[in-house]
Amino acid sequence: MVTLNDYLLVSGLLFALGFTGVLLRRNLIIIFMSLEMMLNAANLSLVAFSRFNGTEGLPNYNGQMLVFFIITVAAAEVAVGLAIIVALYRSRQTVHVEDINSLKF
Amino acid sequence: MSPILFWIFAALMLGFGLSVILQRNPVASALSLVVSFLGLAGLYVSLNAYFIGIIQILVYAGAVMVLFLFIIMLLDLKAEKRRKLNWPGVIGGGGIAVFFVVQLLTVLNRFPAGQRTLEPLAAPLDDVREVGNMLFSNYNFPFQVIGVLVLVASIGVVILSKRELK
Repeated sequence: MVTLNDYLLVSGLLFALGFTGVLLRRNLIIIFMSLEMMLNAANLSLVAFSRFNGTEGLPNYNGQMLVFFIITVAAAEVAVGLAIIVALYRSRQTVHVEDINSLKF
Repeated sequence: MSPILFWIFAALMLGFGLSVILQRNPVASALSLVVSFLGLAGLYVSLNAYFIGIIQILVYAGAVMVLFLFIIMLLDLKAEKRRKLNWPGVIGGGGIAVFFVVQLLTVLNRFPAGQRTLEPLAAPLDDVREVGNMLFSNYNFPFQVIGVLVLVASIGVVILSKRELK
């Protein structure tokens, strides 16, 4: 049978993948996608806890509410983030983080 | 849900998640992320979170990823050229990720509450009704606040996308 630990492990591995992507990739769009993966990994563990900590045969819906709000905020975040990337591309003609180094020490 | 289906969806999610960070072409990355999110939606359904699963497909695999593809098309991004790898960065980043996974395994091994399996539900679950009841009673105020947030975000995007600010 599938245990809570299995879900937490899978969610942690997805988080680690997103984390690696943020650290290793240098294309802003792909960094942004990895960020989304990390958000979704957190969502998966929230839903898993919500289901496994249910009472009276019902899942605990407070966790799923948090996931609902995270998804909404993430959708808004993607819109704003991509608008910023487009504005950046207009002024610099690049989405490579290594070419954007005016603040580099 | 049978363990086989769980591991199939998990493998789908993790495999295509890996493909997101390995692909050189941003379009291939975005499409891999769509499949990864579909696998995740399968896991949500396996946890009886039907509403969240559908929202995941509609909002993430649908709207958000189309937005990503749209921006990739707009910026006309080509496959990245091979650049010299920054080895300290690669080793540091990979090392932190490996450290995180080892830490996670240690914690999970000492987490007896995590050995529970799924308890069967009392009755066929009326998931959307439960979510709606919760959303419009206990979480009514946050729900309205999030509406304002989405409005602010859409106005902000329009202003950011203007060519020059007055």
